[in-house]
Amino acid sequence: MSIRVGGSAVRPSRSGIPLPALMLILLWISPAHAEALVADLTNHLIAITTGFTGASVVLFGAIDRPGDVVVVVRGPDREMTVRRKTRIAGIWVNSQEVTFTSVPSFYFVASSRPLAEIVSPATAGLYGLGIESLQMKPWNTASPEVIDEFATALARTQQRAKLFPNSVSRVNFIGERLFRTTIEFPANVPTGTYLVEVFLIRERDVVSGQTTPLVVSKVGIDADVFGFAGRQPGLYGAIAVFAAMVAGWLASLPFRSA
Amino acid sequence: MDIYLPIAEVSLDVFVLLGLGAVVGFLSGVFGVGGGFLLTPLLIFIGVPPTVAVASSANQLVGASVSGVLAYWRRGVVDFKMGYVLLAGGLAGSLLGVWIFTLLKRLGQIELTISVGYVLLLGTLGGLMMIESIRTQLRLHRPGAQRRKLHYHNWMHGLPLKARFRRSKLYISALLPIALGFVIGIFSAILGIGGGFIMVPAMIYMLGMPTAVVPGTSLLQIIFVAANVTVLQAYTNRTVDAVLALVLLVGGVIGARIGSRFGTRLRGEQLRLLLALMVLAVAAKLAFDLTVSPADLYSVAPERE
Repeated sequence: MSIRVGGSAVRPSRSGIPLPALMLILLWISPAHAEALVADLTNHLIAITTGFTGASVVLFGAIDRPGDVVVVVRGPDREMTVRRKTRIAGIWVNSQEVTFTSVPSFYFVASSRPLAEIVSPATAGLYGLGIESLQMKPWNTASPEVIDEFATALARTQQRAKLFPNSVSRVNFIGERLFRTTIEFPANVPTGTYLVEVFLIRERDVVSGQTTPLVVSKVGIDADVFGFAGRQPGLYGAIAVFAAMVAGWLASLPFRSA
Repeated sequence: MDIYLPIAEVSLDVFVLLGLGAVVGFLSGVFGVGGGFLLTPLLIFIGVPPTVAVASSANQLVGASVSGVLAYWRRGVVDFKMGYVLLAGGLAGSLLGVWIFTLLKRLGQIELTISVGYVLLLGTLGGLMMIESIRTQLRLHRPGAQRRKLHYHNWMHGLPLKARFRRSKLYISALLPIALGFVIGIFSAILGIGGGFIMVPAMIYMLGMPTAVVPGTSLLQIIFVAANVTVLQAYTNRTVDAVLALVLLVGGVIGARIGSRFGTRLRGEQLRLLLALMVLAVAAKLAFDLTVSPADLYSVAPERE
């Protein structure tokens, strides 16, 4: 099995070639190169601008002969703290907490057939196929039941924020060798470099795979503000104060003439 | 039309924000208070994370108090010496406040503290204002009522470090305004308020300052305390959304204009009762939210590297 890192050049590929044409080209070239699996995205950059309401990216590709395809998209790993509220004197107070390391900030999975039918649980766990196989490591030394409870709550919260899927999406085959699937990103999608992994599965085992990066980035004035606030927090604060002072001064000006 | 707030990381309707700024500006125009104590809870209601709401309110407050002080300064009713002494305490207090804020944020208790703090503060304030305005309404019907003494002599006048405050016609210990500034500085950092509504009564009743110089002097020190809180919050917690603050300021300017015109047409006592009712309503809503069973007992917070 070989994991090939493709699409290394990260760019907004808004080429004028329509998708069906791209797929035709793929179909035509793939046997010549004898690649077991080739896939690409319609877009390698998701730009979050003012008024961003979410985006969808189409993943398409071809396989050399019939098989099953699973697509996994992972956002950059984050450390996340899950807190549980209990009622103290009538008020809900955060009381217990578990911190998980390496939680994907975004997770998406699509498969051409139900996962259980095409891979064994061990293989799914190895490649991180499906929510159940995510390896989120707790920091605290709580009992396994408690950890499990908190991990479920974490997944539920992420699902509610549309950052984890409620179900496995479909990879659609056009004929026996061409496939495509649509990846939906919500408005609150976290920024960073995402990994789009495509797996070719035959006889319950991964026989080929490809990894493509996808960049989610804030662009425009908002991105500049956010980046600046992170890199130069003191200066950002000073400028924020200065801007407010100027605004306040400007606001008081017309009062003089009145 | 939605606007994406870069630090709060939420998209909100720009007209809702302008309207919110206008409402708070309107209130400050009508009642002569900063309105920060209403701004933060209202921002939380519309979906701004509490920590960002607190820090950005402080930022908005800088601008609002600058325009306020300029107006009072032109009328010559700002006691600069008193302002600076209050400020010395205020800066130290806000330093401690931001430190407490950071600690509580790490412990996962900051949102609870903000809510409980507001319930206590607004509940007390609203209650006191209500009693006061009802009492005055009653007194209006009894013309023979007693007049109060100008000020009382008590232990506070025995403290060392006495200083003369000419504009306020006072000769008191500098420790008093320093302590007052310190306490309000802490509140300012944790709750995102200027503290005008605690400061103003304390200056009148505790320090015995003449009413005319109180609002201008209070606003003067609020500028610097709010500026200090903004920079400290931006530096330690990265929760200051300057875009949010500026949009609120624009709305605030419009609101303050309408408010000051409207304020002259209403009777003072009716106004105070109205404000008391509004403050109590916000406190009641926050208190209710604390006791209502959450939809999900678990909450998730990403850790920042």
